[in-house]
Amino acid sequence: MLGFPLHPPIRVYILNHMVQYTRIRLDASFAALSDATRRGVLEQLGRSDASITDLAEKFHMTLTGIKKHVGVLEAAGLVTTEKVGRVRTCKLGRRRLEEETAWLERYRQLWESRFDELDKVVEQLKRKEKSDGRKKRE
Amino acid sequence: MDARRESEATPMKNRTIVERKSEREIVVTRTFNGPARIVFEAWTKPELFKQWWTPKSMGMFLRSCEMDVRVGGKYRLVFGHDASKPDEFFGRYIEVTPYSRLVWTNDEGGDGGPVTTVTFEEKGGKTLLVMRELYPSKEALDAAGTGAADAMSETFEQLDELLVALGASVGRS
Repeated sequence: MLGFPLHPPIRVYILNHMVQYTRIRLDASFAALSDATRRGVLEQLGRSDASITDLAEKFHMTLTGIKKHVGVLEAAGLVTTEKVGRVRTCKLGRRRLEEETAWLERYRQLWESRFDELDKVVEQLKRKEKSDGRKKRE
Repeated sequence: MDARRESEATPMKNRTIVERKSEREIVVTRTFNGPARIVFEAWTKPELFKQWWTPKSMGMFLRSCEMDVRVGGKYRLVFGHDASKPDEFFGRYIEVTPYSRLVWTNDEGGDGGPVTTVTFEEKGGKTLLVMRELYPSKEALDAAGTGAADAMSETFEQLDELLVALGASVGRS
C-alpha cells in the first residue's frame, strides 16, 4: 500500500515537476554538450578531477576561455567546481545525489503529514478509552 | 498550571526520521504519545486508517479502503478524484502480530514491489514505530525513489548513453 510510496496526486505532482525539471536540465545538458571542447572537458573529468589551469593547458585555451566552458557545464549540473586557495578544482557533477536527497525529503514530508494526522487519531482513541473506562466504573 | 498551558500551546511534536538504510531499504521512524494497542488499531481498522493516511494538506482523495488484517488477508486502497481513472494499491498481509508487528506486500507494481514491515514498540505509554520498506533490488528502490519517476531514471540512462557515445566520439576525433 506504500508500494509506490507516494500517493497518486503527490506522485503526479512530483512526476510533473520532475519531468519539467528534467526537461530544463536536459535542455541545459544538451546545450552544454553541443560543444566539442565541453564534451572533452567532461571526458577528462571522468578520468580525474582537474584545475582550471590543467584544463586550459590540456585544451590549449586561455583561462578565460576555459572558465566560460566550465561555467556552462556547471550551470547544467554536469560539473561542480570548488576553489581552495588560488586553485579552482573541477569535478563531475553530483546531480543524482542531490536528487536522491530531495526525493527522501519529499518522502519524509509525506510521512510527517500522515503522522501528524495519526497523532490526532491516537489522541481521539485515548480520550475514548478514558471515557469508556469511566462509564464502566460508573 | 503554566507548564500545562505551555504543553497545550505547543504540544510536543515527535520527529519523523527517514533514512535510506541500505541500497534496498528505506526506514521511517516516529514516536507516538499513546500505547501500542492504540497505534496498532489506527493502522489496522479502515475507518481509523482513512482518517490519517491521506492528510488533508496533501490534497489526496481515498475512494475506498478494504483491509483484511490477518495472515494471507488482502488489502486494497483506491485513490483518485476521477472514478474512471482510479489508482489502486493492493497486496497481502504476510505477518500480523497484534500490537507489535505488521508485514505486507505491495503488489500493484508487479514483482518489483517492496515488502513493508511496521513494528510497534511500547515504552512508558509511548510507542516507537519503525516502518521498513525493503525492495527486491537497488534498481527497484531507485525506480520508485530517485527516479521519482521511472521516466526520470530512463531519461538519465539516455543521457548516460549519450555521454558515453559522445565520449567515444571525442576520443576518436
